[in-house]
Amino acid sequence: MSKNNQLRADLQQKFEGRILQIEELYDCLVVEISPVDLLATADALKNDASLSFNFLTLLGAVHYPESKERELCLVYHLHSWKNQNRLRIKCYLSIDKPQIQSLTSVFETANWMERETFDFYGVEFQGHPNLRRILNMDSMDYHPMLKQFHLEDETREDKDDRFFGR
Amino acid sequence: MNVGNDILLSNGQVLSRETIDGDIATINFGPTHPATHGIFQNILKVDGEKILSSEQTVGYIHRAFEKLAERRPYNQIATLTDRLNYCSSPINNLGWQMTVEKLIQAEIPKRVDYMRVIMMELARIADHLICNSVIGVDTGALTSFFYPFTEREKIYELYEEVCGARLTTNMGRIGGFDKDFTPVFHQKLKAFLKSFPKAFEEFNSMLERNRIFMDRTQGAGSISSERALAYGFTGPNLRATGVDYDIRAMHPYASYEDFDFIIPVGVQGDTYDRWMVRQEEVRQSVRIIEQAYANIPEGPVHADIPEFFLPDKKDVYNNMEALIYHFKIVMGETNVPAGEVYHSVEGGNGELGFYLISDGGRAPYRLQFRRPCFIYYQAYPEMITGSNISDAVITLSSLNVIAGELDA
Repeated sequence: MSKNNQLRADLQQKFEGRILQIEELYDCLVVEISPVDLLATADALKNDASLSFNFLTLLGAVHYPESKERELCLVYHLHSWKNQNRLRIKCYLSIDKPQIQSLTSVFETANWMERETFDFYGVEFQGHPNLRRILNMDSMDYHPMLKQFHLEDETREDKDDRFFGR
Repeated sequence: MNVGNDILLSNGQVLSRETIDGDIATINFGPTHPATHGIFQNILKVDGEKILSSEQTVGYIHRAFEKLAERRPYNQIATLTDRLNYCSSPINNLGWQMTVEKLIQAEIPKRVDYMRVIMMELARIADHLICNSVIGVDTGALTSFFYPFTEREKIYELYEEVCGARLTTNMGRIGGFDKDFTPVFHQKLKAFLKSFPKAFEEFNSMLERNRIFMDRTQGAGSISSERALAYGFTGPNLRATGVDYDIRAMHPYASYEDFDFIIPVGVQGDTYDRWMVRQEEVRQSVRIIEQAYANIPEGPVHADIPEFFLPDKKDVYNNMEALIYHFKIVMGETNVPAGEVYHSVEGGNGELGFYLISDGGRAPYRLQFRRPCFIYYQAYPEMITGSNISDAVITLSSLNVIAGELDA
């Protein structure tokens, strides 16, 4: 049994009911869970002796303005050094209520990554010790990585991008 | 701010008046300070020389690369990656190209892998040389800074032979390299492999057992392996604490499994250990380059992916298909499969990752960089609290925090 099939079986057995969707994308298992289960699941994944996802590699968000009630996708990359496999966890949030539990109590490294995600997407991490903007200036009043903010000034008339680009 | 007799620090911590000898002063270490080697601010609260707390401000050179990448065709994003860790740009470039290749599932010729290994290890040497020689400067040894620059210059000349640029290299292409190593490159690489180990050991002997250097660096800015792991350290800084995590060994890419090298680890996780680990990694990199160069297979220098790799100019003028591909690539109209992939390489400072989501459009739907500097720099206040200001300086330079990678 391949490593990912083994992991998939283990996850389905241990987190039955919590996993909303599970798929394999380019050699990496992607699991969708409900935002309310995030903290407990991350803690269990880290502290489970056989799974031991000890390392939070990356944390970030993606904005899908088209999908209603699931506009924001939080993506967590976990890495088990013992088993040498990676796992991607996704949680979908509504843009009207962008709140999710902070992972700082499980992985301290989440601190700045959550601040960055707050800065760029406006996700509020509940339980974060110091949720402030990090790369942009504090006086900024919007979250620039959201798709409604275009890269260039929309009012410009001297450039026609119809043929080149989104 | 004072609360009765006690002092409330900006991070919420309260210091009792009895523990402080004199008055508390606030010092701005940065944003532009000769010892920060980049633009980042640290607001230090100090009692005499002793640091009581530190508060970091980052983002002074934030250039919104992740946003920019959402509008650029894939081959134009390589120039953004240059400017992350600009001390080892080729690693970033080639790491990005490998990410796209993973997405389009291109089959890469072995020769390309070996060429990439040579370039990435040269970049690692250049990166480590800068970091380690700057620790010398910050401890007062200026000679050890200028000396390795002769060698670093040779590495930059090798970059020039491959891609024409020195700092922001934009090296290689999606699928491989634009051209094979030139005869001058071979000549210069051979000369470098011959002269470098000797010069490097000379540099090493200036500091390794230097009593002043050892006294200054040993015990300065140390961190335990547990704390380093909690903070998400990777790369030489993590290995200096005694954890042998290296992407090259754990998830080999670009045929790293073909090469024999060791992963050096430290014990204390202090500035001296970080210096020693980097020194040993340079020696290992030389070993890897020697192996790769001796065993480099013959073959094409790029994958057979006409949709991504620019055709030869003479074909563009004489061949309809080549002309179409040329146009599509230059205008960024290549079809990219929808999907999402994470790929990481061992950068100069640790796990450099690319999380790429494609919706099939001309530009990524989302591209996120895992910037090792950004992730481990949050440990800095903990590492310097309680130490002297001069220790904070060498801790910062030994962490090798690169402003470009920190702010993206």
